[in-house]
Amino acid sequence: MTNRRQFIKISIAGAGAMTLGAGALKAMEWISKPENSGKITVDLKRTPTYCEVCFWKCAGWVYKTSEGKIWKIIGNDEDQHCNGRFCPRGTGGVGMYYDEDRLKTPLIRVKERGKQVFREVSWDEALDYISVKMKEISSKYGPESMALFTHGSGSAYFTNLLKAYGSSNIAEPSYAQCRGPRDEAFLATFGEEVYSPEITDIRDTKCLVLIGAHIGENMHNGQIQEMSDAIDKGVTIITVDPRFSTAAGKSKYWLPIKPSTDIALLLSWIHEIIYNGYYDKNYVEKYCSGFDKLKEHVRDFTPEWAYGITTIKPDLIRKTAKEMANASPAVLIHPGRHVTWYGDDTQRVRAIAILNALLGSWGRRGGFYRPAKFNVPSAKIPKYPEAKKSWTDAFPGKFPIASSPVSNALIDASIPENKPGFLIKGWIVNATNLVSSIPGQANTLKAIQNLDLLVSVDTMPMEITGWADVVLPECTYLERYDMLRISPHRKPAIALRMPAAEPMNSTRSGYNIARGLALKLGLESYFPFEKQEELLDWQLKQSGSSLEEMQRIGVKTNAREADDLYFAENENVSFPTDSGKIELYSKAFEDAGFDPLPKYVAHEEPPEGFYRLIYGRAPMHTFGRTSNNPNLTDLMHENSVWINPKVSKEWGLVNGQYIRLKNQDGILSDFKIKIRVTERIRWDSIYMVHGFGHGQKQLKRCFGKGASDTQLITKVLVDPLMGGTGMRSNFVTFVTEKSEKEVAS
Amino acid sequence: MRYAMAVDTKKCVGCSDCVVACQTENNVPHGFCREWVVETMNGTYPQLEIEIRSERCNHCINAPCVRCCPTGASHFAEGGIVLVEHNKCIGCGACMASCPYDARYPHPDGYVDKCTFCFHRIKIGLAPACAAVCPTKCIYFGDLDDPNSDVSVVLKKRKSKTLIPEAGTKPQLYFLI
Repeated sequence: MTNRRQFIKISIAGAGAMTLGAGALKAMEWISKPENSGKITVDLKRTPTYCEVCFWKCAGWVYKTSEGKIWKIIGNDEDQHCNGRFCPRGTGGVGMYYDEDRLKTPLIRVKERGKQVFREVSWDEALDYISVKMKEISSKYGPESMALFTHGSGSAYFTNLLKAYGSSNIAEPSYAQCRGPRDEAFLATFGEEVYSPEITDIRDTKCLVLIGAHIGENMHNGQIQEMSDAIDKGVTIITVDPRFSTAAGKSKYWLPIKPSTDIALLLSWIHEIIYNGYYDKNYVEKYCSGFDKLKEHVRDFTPEWAYGITTIKPDLIRKTAKEMANASPAVLIHPGRHVTWYGDDTQRVRAIAILNALLGSWGRRGGFYRPAKFNVPSAKIPKYPEAKKSWTDAFPGKFPIASSPVSNALIDASIPENKPGFLIKGWIVNATNLVSSIPGQANTLKAIQNLDLLVSVDTMPMEITGWADVVLPECTYLERYDMLRISPHRKPAIALRMPAAEPMNSTRSGYNIARGLALKLGLESYFPFEKQEELLDWQLKQSGSSLEEMQRIGVKTNAREADDLYFAENENVSFPTDSGKIELYSKAFEDAGFDPLPKYVAHEEPPEGFYRLIYGRAPMHTFGRTSNNPNLTDLMHENSVWINPKVSKEWGLVNGQYIRLKNQDGILSDFKIKIRVTERIRWDSIYMVHGFGHGQKQLKRCFGKGASDTQLITKVLVDPLMGGTGMRSNFVTFVTEKSEKEVAS
Repeated sequence: MRYAMAVDTKKCVGCSDCVVACQTENNVPHGFCREWVVETMNGTYPQLEIEIRSERCNHCINAPCVRCCPTGASHFAEGGIVLVEHNKCIGCGACMASCPYDARYPHPDGYVDKCTFCFHRIKIGLAPACAAVCPTKCIYFGDLDDPNSDVSVVLKKRKSKTLIPEAGTKPQLYFLI
């Protein structure tokens, strides 16, 4: 390849550092004030925001010091997402603003003396460059050859831009790398997904069942608060996890399951609940279809059968099934969130959905409530041009159940050898570190080499920016307006985010970046409002509020239109499924050629001397995006590998020792990771927190700290129903300095 | 008046929100903290128990730090809160050595610093930052002399313990177990 794209450790040609000299500063002045910069219209001691450190989007207040500097962020008492209490990441969100390693100015990849480097450019030049390339791609290959990978609040603007341009190839890794199987399983069963924040009625549940869900380590704020309230009220928690998670430590029952066997346990619970008559008979009769087929299907899945597979004792399976039945319908088998584990994930979550249906928890207090959404009108824009080819045309017939574009399929469609129906030649990557968020890094990098254009929009020099042709520095959520938060909840509510400070350096908001590009592409009619606050004010006035009011109150909550948080006694409910019933037996899956009822299929087990790689979250970090945050690195600056004492003894490993990990495909972790010898993990598995082991030197605080699980996830089990990437399919072994030397000699 | 704090170990998930909220509220420099989270575990797989505690200065009734401070910088304030007067502190570290809970740190500006129960907040009727932020609401704060205060009520209702009681410091940080 003649023009192979090299990874650039972000630094500027000539200067060799991000810090600009006084001369450069002067030259930069004209670009440092974006023409559309969100001007702060009121001078408040505190300004409202909603958090962007994770997807929970808690609403809060940004407080400033008497000198006008951002000081702290506190939850908004009126907000249902947080009830006035931010989580550690939200509290530490100030660190995102103050992080001195932030991207500061637009960059373009240029070749100088045979070496690829980034050149600092003006916004005008950067946007010109992108628009010329996008026009080229459109005329040469068609607009569908541009794809967008996106996460977070900026998605709205770049999605609008791409649709206006003529492409519907817009994927969020939060679908195929995270919650996609859950959404599809609940859609197939109840005709409805569980939304975000989830409609789980944890605060009133009597029995909370967590299948690998590690609430308390995943810091999904509202859920943790409600779990804590439920603990106060004497909830029974049942946790299924090969690791003694924090939640397991709060549980009456911990089921230390053999990894990858959850479906067997779920089927035996279903067996117990049906054959002991524990299920909610009226509910099942009135609302569900396919019960007889389900009953027949699970006939042989006794606790004794499951014991041989899961290592969970039959007595414990029976006891926990009874506990669920006793709490019914105020029982909640939690749907989880990150559920892409073994490639049969849609089917596993289907079993969870079925179990909830049998116990009558959907639409009932202590189970799942009915969400309500605030009605906010959208801006009037012209009709989008019809996208001639969508991601499904790239690989016809693949992933027929997927209701959202599959990020990994778009990546595969960027590689000519895969012979996709059409080839993707350009990517815009917004706020997702694709090389770290998508498993199979080699594949992603191969796709990148085949692109004509890669644009990266981010606040931080994440690894993906090092592969980009153009890097666009976005300001943080504390320096911008964004769309109103309208997530459904118990009561319909909206929340406003407004800037607490002017954008630092030469950064711009996602809205301004997308609109700037639209202008260059002649698509300005899709962004009718020059300033985002004008759009917000228009929207708010249509919905009985105003920008001025929201700047004062931050969150506006309305009463529900009807008292229908739960189903009424014997209410006639029509479920948005094909049959109008809760489908225990999925005709849709059957018609698409998949199992209409979940089946247990054995998965590969670790070879001798290898351990299953299980990863998860730490409460003070969000993926890899907070790893450099000065406030949050103070709480946790590296991950560690959890090893059972039996295993460490066998290997002669000690607590605190640093080692490398090597996976089944011979991939060695770039960096060393600290050992934590603990009884809290099974002897056949190891555990590490995702999001560490960054290889981008410009992330000064987190570079080389800990190991990256993504790097070690090279074997991916793809869910044939919806394209989810199962990532708990990798096995690792330990490489100490001694064994490294032995290999070298 | 006797200020005290109780932390519910059954609810605490060890997220460290208390730590970072304290750091931002009180401008604690990076690399230092006034409070921290401890996790203790007992048993062997799969018979395990963990206890998670959000810890800080115990605001002892019989505080060795106050007793040993040569300048009087460490002193008792209203409600028994142990405070350090920065201007009087010479940074000698005697208090740090005397504290059985290791609750103090040397501030880079030359004085010893520690938890104040957010004295500036409680004076105006707000809860300490850690108690106000905690997502699990596991931190209870109030006046033990008031039988209706959150902390009095919860201590009456629940079993509790203090840390290193054998040191005889009469700590006012309780843990619900």
